[in-house]
Amino acid sequence: MRSILATEGLGKLFRNGTKALDGVDIVVEEGSFVSIVGPSGCGKSTFLKIIAGLSEPSFGALKWNDPGGREGQISFVFQEPTLMPWATVSENIYLPLRLKGEGRADVASRIAEVTEAVGLAGFERSYPRELSGGMKMRVSIARALVTRPRLLLLDEPFAALDEITRLKLNEDLLKLWREQGWTVLFVTHSVYESVYLSSRVAVMTRRPGRIAADVPIDLPYPRDAATRVSPAYGDYCREISGRLAEAMA
Amino acid sequence: MTRDRLLQILAPTVVGLIVLAGWSAVVSWNAIPVYVLPGPAAVGASLWNDGPSLFGSLWVTLRITAAALAAATILGGALAILFAQSRILELSLFPYAVILQVTPIVAIAPLIIIWVNDAFLALLICAWLVAFFPIVANTTVGLNSADRNLIALFRLYRATRWQQLLYLRLPSALPYFLTGVRISGGLALIGAVVAEFVAGTGGQETGLAFRILEAGYRLQIPKLFAALILLSLTGIAIFALLGWISRRLIGHWHESVIPHEE
Repeated sequence: MRSILATEGLGKLFRNGTKALDGVDIVVEEGSFVSIVGPSGCGKSTFLKIIAGLSEPSFGALKWNDPGGREGQISFVFQEPTLMPWATVSENIYLPLRLKGEGRADVASRIAEVTEAVGLAGFERSYPRELSGGMKMRVSIARALVTRPRLLLLDEPFAALDEITRLKLNEDLLKLWREQGWTVLFVTHSVYESVYLSSRVAVMTRRPGRIAADVPIDLPYPRDAATRVSPAYGDYCREISGRLAEAMA
Repeated sequence: MTRDRLLQILAPTVVGLIVLAGWSAVVSWNAIPVYVLPGPAAVGASLWNDGPSLFGSLWVTLRITAAALAAATILGGALAILFAQSRILELSLFPYAVILQVTPIVAIAPLIIIWVNDAFLALLICAWLVAFFPIVANTTVGLNSADRNLIALFRLYRATRWQQLLYLRLPSALPYFLTGVRISGGLALIGAVVAEFVAGTGGQETGLAFRILEAGYRLQIPKLFAALILLSLTGIAIFALLGWISRRLIGHWHESVIPHEE
């Protein structure tokens, strides 16, 4: 399978001397759903920021398969919904296109489409304060998808949500991924979430972060509630937990 | 009308009536002469009789206040935006804004009145000096408090500086700016009154402050009280008006103006 990006010995040294990442090697294949699991503060968010271009690597290489690199290809979903409180749902989703200079009328159908896809139809004119945590996160995902990215970067997007909302959002994200075929790099500290969602799980050591294990998850898609109770799912969760325990030792 | 709203109006009204009754009683029992402390009735009568002439003076003061507030809003806002664009500019100019703020207006007013020939302009400058700092300070803080993640998002989508200012920093700063304007509204009135006190001249157009001085010299204490009441009412009206504007502009999204539900 064609890869979209690869890192070779990627590292990050903060100005205060802290080493956040120490030689991360990972290949992300086109169309795959890759999760990075690691303990808090292991540098996985830093890694995602480097991929996004929000932070520069101190050493090592980040190679994009496409000569254009990340330009216009990526979207980012933060841990918090990170919405503009003064703008409606529609205006928040329109933001990336507005920054590109697209007229509101020209992209109205695209905005409507993505609003519908994340299940927010009927809430176009609502303000963020009127929405629940899960719905705010849906707006954040819609805003990321409206640019039709090839690679979606998600930084623990559901960590602050309650269990029920989180499971529902997991399912909906998986469904959108299956329908639309973009690539996902997903950072989480939940083993269960990573196994349920991913085609591959990379386990990161504690700071300075390295990839300690890279485990393909051969559970068939589509996945649903039955997946979560299957023996194979349990085996994978045990394996990743074991690898995580080793990585933290 | 809810019980809470009723209480909000009723409670201060009752307090006001008690104070008025007490005041009236103290004045009549002790037979205090009207040139020392007039009773509420005498003040009311003066408000009725001198009202029309006082309103003319109020109009003069009000014009200075409004012009000073407008100038403070425009210049203060512009200066804050300039500060947000250049750290060097902020570092070099902000201390001088602070110096202007901490120097008592009473002390500078005589100089300004000597330097500026036009009386209206001189008073305007004095009131503006008092009013502009809260707007600069608040707006500067507001422009710098945009959500860090939203700033990262704007960078990710390669937003220009101008787009970042227009779509992110200015809306983030709006509640802070409006708070500054509300503080400055009251200060502009105080600045105008203080400057009029210092200028202290009669002439064609005299402000309310000079009428207060004049009434004091002539021991027309009921008239002095009437002018004071007009001044307070004006201050309250300015504050209420700016609060209303603020709710209109940010009421649909900002926490500070959303009513709390129980």
